[in-house]
Amino acid sequence: MTLVSDVSPDKHVVVDPVLTMRGINKGFGAVQALTDIDLDIYPGEVVALVGDNGAGKSTLVKILAGVHPPDSGTVTFNDKKVSIPSPAASRELGIATVFQDLALCDNLDVVSNLFLGREIGAFSLDEVEMESRSWELLRQLSAKIPSVRIAVASLSGGQRQTVAIARSLIGEPTVVILDEPTAALGVAQTAEVLNLIERLRERGLGVLLISHNLADVQAVADRCVVLRLGRNNGVFRVAEVSYEEIIAAITGATDNVVTRRAAATSANNEETSK
Amino acid sequence: MTQTPATPTPMSATPTDLQDERLLRPTGFGGTVGASIRRVRGGDLGSLPVVVGLVVIWAVFEVLNSAFLTPGNLSDLLVQSAATGVISVGIVLVLLLGQIDLSVGSVAGLASAILGVLLVQYHWPEWLIIPAVVLAGVVIGLVYGFLFVRFGVPSFVITLAGLLSVLGLQLFVLGPLGTINLGFTSFITEFSLLLFVPPWLTYVLAAIAAVGYGATAYLSASKRRNAGLSAPSLAWTLIKAAILLVFMVVGSAYLNTSVTGGIGDSFVLLVVLVVIMNYALTRTKWGRSVFAVGGNVEAARRAGIRVNRVYVSVFVLCSAFAAMGGLLLAGNLGSASPSTGTTDTNLNAIAAAVIGGTSLFGGRGSAYSALLGIVVIQSISNGLGLLSLDSSVRYMVTGVVLLLAVIVDSLSRRSRTAHGRA
Repeated sequence: MTLVSDVSPDKHVVVDPVLTMRGINKGFGAVQALTDIDLDIYPGEVVALVGDNGAGKSTLVKILAGVHPPDSGTVTFNDKKVSIPSPAASRELGIATVFQDLALCDNLDVVSNLFLGREIGAFSLDEVEMESRSWELLRQLSAKIPSVRIAVASLSGGQRQTVAIARSLIGEPTVVILDEPTAALGVAQTAEVLNLIERLRERGLGVLLISHNLADVQAVADRCVVLRLGRNNGVFRVAEVSYEEIIAAITGATDNVVTRRAAATSANNEETSK
Repeated sequence: MTQTPATPTPMSATPTDLQDERLLRPTGFGGTVGASIRRVRGGDLGSLPVVVGLVVIWAVFEVLNSAFLTPGNLSDLLVQSAATGVISVGIVLVLLLGQIDLSVGSVAGLASAILGVLLVQYHWPEWLIIPAVVLAGVVIGLVYGFLFVRFGVPSFVITLAGLLSVLGLQLFVLGPLGTINLGFTSFITEFSLLLFVPPWLTYVLAAIAAVGYGATAYLSASKRRNAGLSAPSLAWTLIKAAILLVFMVVGSAYLNTSVTGGIGDSFVLLVVLVVIMNYALTRTKWGRSVFAVGGNVEAARRAGIRVNRVYVSVFVLCSAFAAMGGLLLAGNLGSASPSTGTTDTNLNAIAAAVIGGTSLFGGRGSAYSALLGIVVIQSISNGLGLLSLDSSVRYMVTGVVLLLAVIVDSLSRRSRTAHGRA
């Protein structure tokens, strides 16, 4: 099994991770959802978090988003130990989360959704400023939204995803978490979202990408963190690893009696050779 | 973006928000009208059904009894609208959240009882009674809000319990006295029944409203243009301000010809409250969060909105408006009795908000729906009264109108889904 330290991205040798999780545990009743999870996110890097259903990906995201507090373990953000008790606290730290179910208000227009909870001017909303900044932001992301004054309900899936991702950038975050951003999207829309993710990386943001789609992971991610049954099951540099190896880590094909025996034998051999 | 707009306007570059070639660009007066028609077809009805309904109702009653559209009767109608209208403003707020408050009638009744006891038994000055009564409403709203956010009990059940408990409290406060006569010299009675705005002031107010509307529209349009966004043309703004001015001046002039009436102070209070709440709902961060919570609670929570505070603030406002309405109700009747606010106040207030166009499904509506809705309900009640039909017919007709309003709401919701405007 590959250890975290082995695969710190070489281009960031001197850069500290912006976000570090160490020894995270989280249980729901009798179920231990996460056990001793470690995770690093570096600035300007896309980290893919992959795993089967029930591997604990969503739980990990919810801890970072402030939806659930962890039972134990530490989260370090910009070299400071932090606790994330609420979604608001997560946002204040600079973590922006784009949830799988998008979490947009269908009855509000694009501008209102982009600035929801961050409106400019508390007692006299500055609609002009918000609309200008919306256009600016959407243009930076090369987003194809025809009008920002139409209700979000009338947008296509890809456009809604674009709005959700654009919204996460309003607060100038340092880390963006994307929970299955390409699920339920068509081919062209998926490509658009992948382009968006690359633009986030170009901006120097740390991106955590949760995905079931390994093609997407291989297309944009720099590193790939595998969870299996609530535990770390390998960290890979995507450029250096094959599709099959990731699959093996996800499904646990590497973790059976044969490989364990092989590992034990090689360890013994090393000891005897010393 | 380097793409050239499909139809460049001759004046300058295309505004930032109209550059996408897929957009249908309304240009000029005809374009604006066309855009409105498309919006209505798409199920975005706004106030259109209720305005059409009001015109139909007024026409029918005028045909049946020519006394209906006389200045005196219309003046009465507006004064009668004020109390329930104020209560209905609060209902609009809870409906926007997708919640309901069934106890507003009881809260209004309790408010009238407290008013009666403090005024007649304890001889408190009225400037002290009004805030005290509103405070009682605030406390009730806080209790509802606490129960709702702490235990997650549906607001339907909380306020149903509130309906009974507060009614009990109203009877307890009135005690053995039963009915308390306020006397027609009290300020609250005079204000809600007898005081009318002097004619000159109605014109001044109309002018202020029209100029204020035109000026804000003009300023926001020029700000948009400076920011490179599209804006309605100056001519269109002027036309709308002029229509508003003519409507209000003609309306005031007509009502002012009435010998005993005019525009009641209490109705002006209702209009002022509606305008204030409309500003709060559309132009403040709080209002935006009310719509967001009504549209998608979970999205609002994840956007960092303190959802619980929004719920509590709205329940508090609703009960406070109900208490204010109770004061006007007592003033209208000149007394506080065990039956104040009990009969149809509750349902009229809720029906007014829905008839006015606020959706029962949450997240869609406007403060103006309280005003429009209550005028519709009061017109029906007043018109049937003129025809000497008793309350049995009034209830049935109001019920049918309410049903129609809810059907319009549901149909427009379906049409919005079909046209992608849900």
